[in-house]
Amino acid sequence: MSRLRVILRLAGRDLRHRPGEAVMLVVIMMAATAALALGLLLQGTTAHPYQTTREATSGPDVLATDFPSGAGTPVSPAALKQIAPLARAQGVAGNSGPLPVAFPVLTFNGRTDAVLAEGRNLAPAAVDQPELTEGSWVHADAVVIERSFADALGVHAGDRITLNGRPFTVAGVAVTAAFPVNGVGFLEGSSQWPNPGLIWTTTADAETLATRQYPLGYVLNLKLTNPAEAENFADRFDPGGYTDNTGGLYVIPWQLISHQDGLVIAHEQKILLVGSWLLALLAAGSLAIVVGGRMAEQNRRVGLLKAVGGTPALVAGVLLAEYLALAVIAAAAGVVVGWLSAPLLTNPGTGLLGSAGAPHLTLPVIALVVGIALAVATLASYIPALRAARTSTVDALADAARPPRRHARLITYSARLPVPLLLALRLASRRPRRVLLGGLSIAVTVSGIVAVLFARATLTLSPSGPAGTADPGLSDVGFISQTARENRVLLLITAMLIALAAVNVIFTTWATVQDSRHAAAVTRALGATAGQFITGLSAAQILPATGGALAGIAGGYALFTAADQGASASQPPAWWLVTAVLGTLIAVAVLTAIPARLAARLPIAETLQGDGT
Amino acid sequence: MMDSSLIRARALRKDYGTGEGLVRAVDGIDLDVAPGERVAVMGPSGCGKSTLLHLLGGLDRSSGGELWFHGRRIGQLGERALAEMRRKEVGFVFQAFHLMEELTAQENVELPALLAAVPPRAARRRARDLLDRVGVGDRVGHLPSALSGGQRQRVAIARALVNEPVLVLADEPTGNLDSAATLDVLRIFEELHATGQTLVIVTHDERIGVTADRLISMHDGAFVDETRLSGGRRSLGVLIGLEERASE
Repeated sequence: MSRLRVILRLAGRDLRHRPGEAVMLVVIMMAATAALALGLLLQGTTAHPYQTTREATSGPDVLATDFPSGAGTPVSPAALKQIAPLARAQGVAGNSGPLPVAFPVLTFNGRTDAVLAEGRNLAPAAVDQPELTEGSWVHADAVVIERSFADALGVHAGDRITLNGRPFTVAGVAVTAAFPVNGVGFLEGSSQWPNPGLIWTTTADAETLATRQYPLGYVLNLKLTNPAEAENFADRFDPGGYTDNTGGLYVIPWQLISHQDGLVIAHEQKILLVGSWLLALLAAGSLAIVVGGRMAEQNRRVGLLKAVGGTPALVAGVLLAEYLALAVIAAAAGVVVGWLSAPLLTNPGTGLLGSAGAPHLTLPVIALVVGIALAVATLASYIPALRAARTSTVDALADAARPPRRHARLITYSARLPVPLLLALRLASRRPRRVLLGGLSIAVTVSGIVAVLFARATLTLSPSGPAGTADPGLSDVGFISQTARENRVLLLITAMLIALAAVNVIFTTWATVQDSRHAAAVTRALGATAGQFITGLSAAQILPATGGALAGIAGGYALFTAADQGASASQPPAWWLVTAVLGTLIAVAVLTAIPARLAARLPIAETLQGDGT
Repeated sequence: MMDSSLIRARALRKDYGTGEGLVRAVDGIDLDVAPGERVAVMGPSGCGKSTLLHLLGGLDRSSGGELWFHGRRIGQLGERALAEMRRKEVGFVFQAFHLMEELTAQENVELPALLAAVPPRAARRRARDLLDRVGVGDRVGHLPSALSGGQRQRVAIARALVNEPVLVLADEPTGNLDSAATLDVLRIFEELHATGQTLVIVTHDERIGVTADRLISMHDGAFVDETRLSGGRRSLGVLIGLEERASE
């Protein structure tokens, strides 16, 4: 027990002695654990707003639609006969409809989009009466617009729009639980109307908006005596299953609509989970570099511990305890940050009432995040701690640097290069593991950036995007709104990846500076200029970064295809990738120049008097 | 500077710290070193002799006074010019050798030549010649860790000479060596002196000091005594004494 107390006291003292480094390590690990916690917390977070909206609007337990299966194809009388009897089917407690649905093109402020215009009576419906959040209900030549669509379009009550060129007034804005928000996924199978917005008009207006090319379809909202039976009910009448609504009779239960609403944040969740793993990898690299660098500075302390009777196990224990304590603090902070920031991403948009709020923190999520943080800290600090524990007491007291590696062929080859490159190769070859870590850190970051570029290219160029709609002139505002949400998450992850990679680059360079200060002082005493040394030190980081950046292109593509589970990826323009690689290398050069310049100011004479070989 | 001195220092000063913590490591030193001269600076540990050597070689900057090297005022030289001076005109020999651990003896010696843009092949040839000359020609491929203290110092001397400097500065060159190795190093310095090489040696070992043409005593950062010696006779006597000790 007293041994443990000694370890904890020594670890605590050292952390207090270097608060800046401790804070930096906590921040690094916290960024990774926060992203991980966020990814894990997002599951199932839209259920609550859907239920609230369903109750407020008397939402249907089952929605049946009967849309034309293609341009110019009228709904057959047989199909109408097929949908109407559903209202009298066994287990149905109430209904609204069949309601006529037209497929006009809406224009507002120069933007056009496809819409479903559902014809409604002036009196409230028993099932699915949209809840007004702004303005008043439909009347002749006045429409109500679904809120998420209105929000994406920027339209409000009192604005003027046109439908198929005919002017209408926006009477109000409302929410519904009968259709998924943003229309995402619901009509994806329809080649002519893949992702429409939703509006309500009077029944007469809906009928007049039908055209020969796009004739009327019908919607029937059903309340069941047992809402839990909705899926069985739908299966009974639509045995083909509810995959894509490509026309004809289509019956879906409320559970599917709720699930479709959840899809709004499903992509964000996937991005966050993949991003958090990348961040965890980078955090592990950061820790390994920082811990390695700190060990180089702590040599003498290790020697003192051993000289006063500390065993190798005590030395390793003290060092491990420091990083495990920091990991626990960082994981706790990360979970809290992830939990508090979750509502920013779980807001289902304006299509539903209320908000999902902060997701519930569960013990498994906390345990997983803390466990991963501890594993990362252990992995990163185990080897340096073991190495420190094994260092000879005399060497440690003399603060003798760990002998560098020798690469004979590289030394011979570098003799033919200009002085800065000669210095760079020799500096890099002294610590191959650090070079590898530096390269991997850049590879992970560039992988993340490239995956984002592939995602961007796929979002903007994919067939489900605006270019793939029935009319290329239509701007798919629902899709654009969803894309904007995903872009926000992509941007957040990319910014975090870049920030961590920047920290890694600075730490790697500084660790190299610390480790090679004797070699640098000797080289400068022999006549190398400060400029040659700075360039050499920067180049020593840029060389592995170049390899990492190139590997990151392949890694990013692999990451994107893995995360997208084999879905087709669109190739981003080559200049995007070239810019990403060059930008990374320029950033590395700029970041390494800071510690390199500081290192060049270290007094040569002082360093030489302190070291000896 | 219009005279023929290679080094000329006037009221040279080096301070560390400020206020009550001020330490004057070099305190108003005047010094002239002629080309081909061998000067020894002696004094107890901490008297400022290593600091003086660092100032003379452009490894550190003075806090006051004037210092000329080869007619140029060192205080007015920028970092780049100082680096060039160290590269081409000055060779350093340190007590702690300061060899690169991951480089072989030959690679250590050729490094200053590569820094001076000498073609790799020529640098290698020079390194081999010098290592032969200092008596470790059979150790060219050895790492410093595989060499004795005396061998390491001979490699360091070869490295100091590779760019044919006009001045060699040696800081306690025998401080870490036994008698036999000290004898070897002194013989090399003797040979260098014979070829007209200017040498400034800092030491606290009187046996080394008396081998110089001029022996300067230093205390608390200042010169307190200066003696001209009959170098050859003194050197011979010391060498004989050391040989006797080495053979015991």
